[in-house]
Parts: sequence; C-alpha cells; structure tokens
Amino acid sequence: MTAPLIEIKNMDVAYQKTQALTNVSFSVYEHDFIGIIGPNGGGKTSLIKAILGLLKPARGTIKLALDRSEIGYLPQGHQVDETFPISVKEVIASGLEHGMKMGFGNARSRHEKVEMAMERVGIGALHSRSIGSLSGGELQRTMLARAIISSPRLLVLDEPDSHVDNQFETELYSLLKELNKNITILLVSHDIGIISPYIKTIACVNRDLHYHPSNEITTDQLKVYNCPVEIIAHGPVPHRVIKEHVPE
Amino acid sequence: MDLTQLFTYGFFQHAVLAALLMSVTCGIIGTYIVSRRMVFISGGITHASFGGVGIGYYLGFPPLAGAAVIAVLAALTTENLTRRKVLRNDSVIAILWSLGMAIGIIFVYLTPGYAPNLMSYLFGSILAVTSTELWLMLTLALLVGSVFLLFYRPILYVAFDEQFARIRGIPVMFINYLLIILVALTIVLSIRIAGIILVLSILTVPQNITNLFTNRFSHIMIGSVILGFLASILGLVISYYLDIPSGASIIFTLVILYLAARLMKVLTFGK
Repeated sequence: MTAPLIEIKNMDVAYQKTQALTNVSFSVYEHDFIGIIGPNGGGKTSLIKAILGLLKPARGTIKLALDRSEIGYLPQGHQVDETFPISVKEVIASGLEHGMKMGFGNARSRHEKVEMAMERVGIGALHSRSIGSLSGGELQRTMLARAIISSPRLLVLDEPDSHVDNQFETELYSLLKELNKNITILLVSHDIGIISPYIKTIACVNRDLHYHPSNEITTDQLKVYNCPVEIIAHGPVPHRVIKEHVPE
Repeated sequence: MDLTQLFTYGFFQHAVLAALLMSVTCGIIGTYIVSRRMVFISGGITHASFGGVGIGYYLGFPPLAGAAVIAVLAALTTENLTRRKVLRNDSVIAILWSLGMAIGIIFVYLTPGYAPNLMSYLFGSILAVTSTELWLMLTLALLVGSVFLLFYRPILYVAFDEQFARIRGIPVMFINYLLIILVALTIVLSIRIAGIILVLSILTVPQNITNLFTNRFSHIMIGSVILGFLASILGLVISYYLDIPSGASIIFTLVILYLAARLMKVLTFGK
C-alpha cells in the first residue's frame, strides 16, 4: 500500500479549554472519499481544523505527504461577512493565492481559472456580482469554486449541504464524485443518510474516532462507535435511511 | 474676495495640499476600516491618542509625536488582547478610549500655564498645518499607497476571510499588525485636519457614500479618495466664507453629501 496522504497518530485536540478530540489515529490515502459523521460538538470540525493547521494538537502527531497549499477547503455555513465589498470573481480568485505575493500576478491566467471554476459549479453568469447579493445556494457554490480553483490534491468540505436546496445538494454530490477521480475528499456531515450514496468510507467522530471501511453502516454499529443515531439519521433534510434503521 | 484669489494664499495652498494627502490616506485606510467593521476600534485609537497629546504638552515635546506613540501602542494592545481573547474586543476599546482621554486631561491640567493649540487637536485646524506635518503626511500617503498597491490581494483576502487566508499561507498576523499600525498613524496625522472629536467621519463618510453605488473594495477606495478631497475643499471654502471652524465645516459637508447621495440613490434606483 502507498504511503498515506495524511497520517494522524494518537492526537488530542483541545479547543478553548475543552477537550475536542481524544487519542485519534486516522490515515487518509490518495483517492479516498471519506464521510466524517458525528453529532454537533463531537469534534468533526476540530479534526479538519487540525488537518488544515488551524488548530495545534495538544498531543500526538499529524504527518502530511502534501503541502497545505494543495488543500482546498470549504468552511462550514456562512462564516464570512456578506456585507464585505467583494465580488464573486474576487472571492474565487482568493483560492489561487498562496503566501505573500506582491503586485498583480498573471491577471489573465487568474481570470481564465476563475471562469473555469465558475462554470464547473454552475455560476458562470454571476461574474462581478457582489457576494452580498447572492442567495444561500449561490454563495455556497462560490465558496466551492474557491475551494477547487487551485486543483487541490485534497478537498476538505465542512457540512457543504447546509443552506442549500435539494437541487444543489444533488449537483454538489455528483460533482464531488466526479472530482474524486483525481482528488482525495474529506467530507464532514451530520447526516449519513444523505452522503452515503456518494462516499466510499465513513469515519465516526464523537470525541474519539472510529474508521468504518464502508459507506453503509447499521444503527447497531453506530451505537458501538458511540455516535448518537437519532442525530445522524434524522436531520431536517429528507434523506435515505440506511438498512434496518427505524425512527423512534 | 473671490475664489481664485483665495487659492493664491500660502496658508490656503498648504491646506489644499493637506486635504489632498489626507484624502489619499484616509480614502484607502478608511475603506479597510469600514469593510472590516473596525470603526469602533478606530474611535478607541483616536481618543486614546489624546493621552499622548497631554504627555507631549507636559514634557515639552511635539504633542503629535506623543499622540503617534500612544495611538500605535493602543492599536497594538487592542489587536493583541482581542486575538488572545484576554478581554472582549469592545471592552478593550472602551478601556483604552477612556484611559487615553483621562491621561491627556491629567497631563494638560498639570502643564503649567496655557496649553497652546489644544483646541486644534480636539477639533482640527487644517489652516495651521506646518511644512513638517505636510512632509509627514506625504510620507504616510506614499507608504499607505505603496502597501495597498503591492499587497492589495493579500490584504483584501485577509480582510474578507482570515481563516481561509491562513490556510492559503498568507501571513495573516503580519498583515493585521501592519494595517493596524497604518490605521493608527493615519488617525494621528488626520487629527491635525479634523481633530480627535471629528476624525472618524473622514475615515467613514466618503466610504459610505461610495458604497451606496459600488460594492467593490478597490472602487470604494478610489471613490473615497476623490470624494474626500472634493468635500474637504468644499468644506474649506465654506468655512472661509462663513467664518466657521474648518474641521467641522468639512465634516458637515461630508454628511450633507452623504444625505444627498442617499436621496439621489432612492430617486434613481428606488432604494
């Protein structure tokens, strides 16, 4: 087997004096498509923030076989200030920036890449619109274009289906499946039902982490992994319930 | 006296030059402040700098130099304490705001005799700007202009989404500290024009007028520079003819322009 793209060993992460993750060991290989599930506050975001270098592990190690500039990232929800005076094109182009570069760079090549990324996520017509004028789905597509514009080797998505309608949800996961031919994907979701048709494997995070080598998982297995079933299988969005699970 | 004659006077030419340089610096820095919602932080830095004015009077060195030192210290302290989550951002600002004013009042009170030009620091006096101050303003305008021209994209990206910028390897801390120092220096040199009480308007009103018609950071910067300059000259001329304080006249002109622009937008676009 080839060396992992990400290798986490015995990692603890504390966030604002709260223990978010305990003794996590986890490897991600090239072309993986891993769905990270778990309850709110279970440490899913902390795990990806540690991988992205935004949180420092209190214990253990993270080894990356890639440069962090090769990671594309779609943050959770709408964490940006939507009144900020910036256009869709400028937001997407920020995904190409790396380090402190002076001057204007190659504006033409940047423009072409932005156009391609916009077409890919289906927002080719938005161009110079300001982000404040976008709908929730359009903003999420913009953020996805920003995440993939640099042709990353690893794509990390934190709850990408929040604030979007069913149509975009279907398009999003089909696009991710297509991207997965070349890109390794880590996808955080609170709902296994929605993501299971697309992902290859599951990791359950609730303080500690259980790697599950399949995209299907039973309620009994979830109980063993200490992932609360009702939170995972009953989000507000309609979804496919896996196997024998029956809502209480 | 007619208008053309007014522009032949040396003191008025100095004032026009000061207005031009201030408009460049405040147009750029003000756009950063407004876009990042740092207006309250800037208010804190502005008022804290009065402590430096007071110390300058008491110890006998230029009050503006004292204001610069205290403003930069207040800016760095606010940034540092907020980032480390030692105190809530608005609490840090309120403490430094009132502490600076208190220090200034105490030292001005302790200074023997009359504190000359004290009112000009509080309310501004563009007609009394010295050559040295003009040189300082030119240096700052060139510095601010160069920083934004060379590092426009990293600054924009950090201002918009700090977390994403950090992941992309942009030196977020460096940019934040550099910009907060430039904000502090801009405030201090603009105090000579509009005074501690009024300076915040110069950093926010032109940006809000321009923002009514464009939603692009770069367009707001350019629009604010032009608008700030035009409003300053108009305010200066009005202050001369009506014999009212120039700083207040400039601010009043800016606010009238804002209301006119708002009305124009409602009449043209219906919102």
